[in-house]
Amino acid sequence: MALRGAIVVDSEKCKGCSVCLVNCPTNTIALAKEVNSKGYNFAYMAYPENCTGCTNCATVCPDTCITVYRVKV
Amino acid sequence: MDLKDIIKPENRVYAKTPVLTENVMHYCPGCSHGTVHKIIAEVIEEMGIQEKTIGISPVGCSVFAYNYVDIDWQQAAHGRAPAVATATKRLFPDKYVFTYQGDGDLASIGTAEIMHACNRGENIVVIFINNAIYGMTGGQMAPTTLIGMKTSTSPYGRSEELHGNPLKITELIAQLDGTCFVTRQSVQTAAAARKTKRAIRKAFENSGQSKGTSFVEVVSACNSGWKLSPVKANEWMVENMFPQYPLGDIKDR
Repeated sequence: MALRGAIVVDSEKCKGCSVCLVNCPTNTIALAKEVNSKGYNFAYMAYPENCTGCTNCATVCPDTCITVYRVKV
Repeated sequence: MDLKDIIKPENRVYAKTPVLTENVMHYCPGCSHGTVHKIIAEVIEEMGIQEKTIGISPVGCSVFAYNYVDIDWQQAAHGRAPAVATATKRLFPDKYVFTYQGDGDLASIGTAEIMHACNRGENIVVIFINNAIYGMTGGQMAPTTLIGMKTSTSPYGRSEELHGNPLKITELIAQLDGTCFVTRQSVQTAAAARKTKRAIRKAFENSGQSKGTSFVEVVSACNSGWKLSPVKANEWMVENMFPQYPLGDIKDR
């Protein structure tokens, strides 16, 4: 049984601090090349196939802009 | 499996707690304050005490904590949050009262208030954010600043002869008989944040059981004050702050 996950980042709230990137055990997240209205390179799910829905990124996010989904397949 | 099959309400395992408001936090990117606010809000939601919790916000960056956690708040003069919390808890003994203070607030101007509130054993929770600097006012030296650490008022690094030693206020407070739970935690990794959440939950439960003062220090990063990126600031904190301020429970009874 494997776990598949996905995250949804509120890109307007994200400040691109990268704390979620270094806490992701599967290197799923990266900073986007484009910026949000405040000029921050927001985090996004760059490699969706890696995500296991472990919630580490959302737990450390200071701005609480990550929602996590997980399914067993 | 397609992303749209995963992103469904029934598969949601983590979402923003409704105890946090929709306001975008004014803190710098990567600031530990946001993580600790979230942890407090999650503990309040899990315990179902949103209507029964009163926070005392300090002077410092977190003075605006009342904009982010959707509970009752009172703002106190610099360092006087434990005195205001004492009055609030005595007037409303069935409420959960906590103070949220930084190191400039708690360990410097408010030392007398925190010492005596903890010594009296007021049934309050104290959340102490220690980032070794005055973040809001421009990165001045705080009592908790490390030896050799450069700040705007110690540009050549803090020296023992000139400025004295970093104050381990949490160890001092653990000596006081009024405290029941004194711990030091951090929030730079998911594991550390989960441990901090357990500690804060325990502190609130102690408050409900009238066991005395619970004191939770969170060793934090001030990346703007330290002139580092958020990730580098967390690494610097692990390398330099943790030897001086070791994590773990100092007192638990």
